[in-house]
Amino acid sequence: MSEAPAAPHPASADATPQPDLGLLLAPPRARTGWRVLPARVAAMCAVELQKLRHDRTELYTRAVQPALWLLIFGETFTRIKAIPTGGIPYLDYLAPGIIAQSAMFIAIFYGIMIIWERDAGILTKLLVTPTPRAALITGKAFASGVKALIQALVVVVIAALLGVAMTWNPLRLLGVAVAVVLGSAFFSCLSMTIAGIVLTRDRLMGIGQAITMPLFFGSNALYPVAVMPGWLQGVSNVNPLSYQVDALRGLLLGTPSHLPLDFGVLAAAAAVGVTSASSLLGRLAR
Amino acid sequence: MTGSATDGEAPAVDAVSCSGLRYSFGETRAVDGLDLTVRDGECFGLLGPNGAGKTTAIRCMTTLLPVPASLVHVFGHDAAREPMAVRRLLGYVPQQLSADAGLTGRENVALFARVFDVPRRERARRVGQALAAVGLTAAADRLAQTYSGGMVRRLELAQALVSAPRLLILDEPTIGLDPIARTNVWEHINAVRAATGMTVLVTTHYMDEADQYCDRVALMHRGRVRALGTPAELRRGLKDRLGTDGPLPTLEDVFRDVAGSGLDDQSGDFRNVRSTRRTASRVG
Repeated sequence: MSEAPAAPHPASADATPQPDLGLLLAPPRARTGWRVLPARVAAMCAVELQKLRHDRTELYTRAVQPALWLLIFGETFTRIKAIPTGGIPYLDYLAPGIIAQSAMFIAIFYGIMIIWERDAGILTKLLVTPTPRAALITGKAFASGVKALIQALVVVVIAALLGVAMTWNPLRLLGVAVAVVLGSAFFSCLSMTIAGIVLTRDRLMGIGQAITMPLFFGSNALYPVAVMPGWLQGVSNVNPLSYQVDALRGLLLGTPSHLPLDFGVLAAAAAVGVTSASSLLGRLAR
Repeated sequence: MTGSATDGEAPAVDAVSCSGLRYSFGETRAVDGLDLTVRDGECFGLLGPNGAGKTTAIRCMTTLLPVPASLVHVFGHDAAREPMAVRRLLGYVPQQLSADAGLTGRENVALFARVFDVPRRERARRVGQALAAVGLTAAADRLAQTYSGGMVRRLELAQALVSAPRLLILDEPTIGLDPIARTNVWEHINAVRAATGMTVLVTTHYMDEADQYCDRVALMHRGRVRALGTPAELRRGLKDRLGTDGPLPTLEDVFRDVAGSGLDDQSGDFRNVRSTRRTASRVG
């Protein structure tokens, strides 16, 4: 899209008193039915990729935290051997958890982004296009997934450099990509749902920070569910991050996992997230 | 519907028709029984002080705010029952500078081409034409964050034009721009309007712009239309009413006459004023 050819003589086009407006006289033919959703999702994802192409700063700065988790926390706990990991080095055990954490941290701040877009008029303008609200939210959710996927790739490379023994089976990596995208879709929708309730960036910043750490520590990202106290196991059982980590571990390391349940929960959570965020989008627009 | 019809011809459908439109934010009634008709093909100015209800009325017309059925029609489509059909006919430029600064001009316009279902085979050409129509071809591949305020406004215009809307709604499109940039934006609006025949509905605080560019204007105050007509009619009407000699009053005089005193109490809420100032600051 961004490589679209310019007009034949760009320098002179602006000076032309009456440029050719032929195509602007007739509206495009509307897509209908099931075709609308994938088209809008593709449009939102394309925008995300274009922005990342123009400015990769966020990509680099966001790589610091997972690198530190792996380098400091991972290396240290590998030596301590305090956490039962089923016979694999702790660094290997930790890597899928850090991939999920990085993806969640990106997605959880999508609510702030949508409030910013509301304040800047970008969201308002998109809401006046023939885009159903559910399609707009799904587009945003998958766009966060695309961003998280690129982040996950960076973490995988860091982990590989640190010697984590991961699979390079393309089918399994495809499964990893699906798990990352579905998890990000849920967390971004959770964030956009909260945005639709609290309506301001300041409130959402506080809530975002308040829920991120409990979601992370209340999952199996750092340690197995079995070592948690009973109440925390309950939290972990309803925390989609645990299912995402379980799937990532199973796919990347080949540890025992519950892939059908994991993907089922992630897909259902994403669907519930899209529904709730879409229903509250109107509040943001007012 | 108040479209004029001649014998033997199908009645013209009005671009916008609001009848008895009301909208409240909690205890505050922003629009209070608005009756308004915008004719197909005209440039219509919606004027009024801050907090008069202009932006709320526009948000009702654009389906951003939910309204009961049968109160708002856009080219015959009920905004409540057929929001998608209404949106397909609209190009909308909000008050804020709403182009995405992290994308190029071309990418900004291409996004709207995509969400309006412009097929891939004609997308690049259509985007190119929209950019050319507002004189941004040479700057199309620069990031929008490098554009001046006037260029951003023209870029937003290109975003709105790429779907060939029948109704272009502009909410204070020239706020914060210098006089040359304002004139430039209007020249592009008029050129596109002349080429496409689209209807333009614009809100503005600049009475000189309304006087010069609008076919008809409505002056809103406290949620209702207080005066409606061509700028010349409104100015002549005030002169006749005052019974004074000398030159015609300006549209600003009409504005003052309609809005009266006590504007400070009604000058929009905090968010509205902050948004206006932010926009003015960004373009300045």
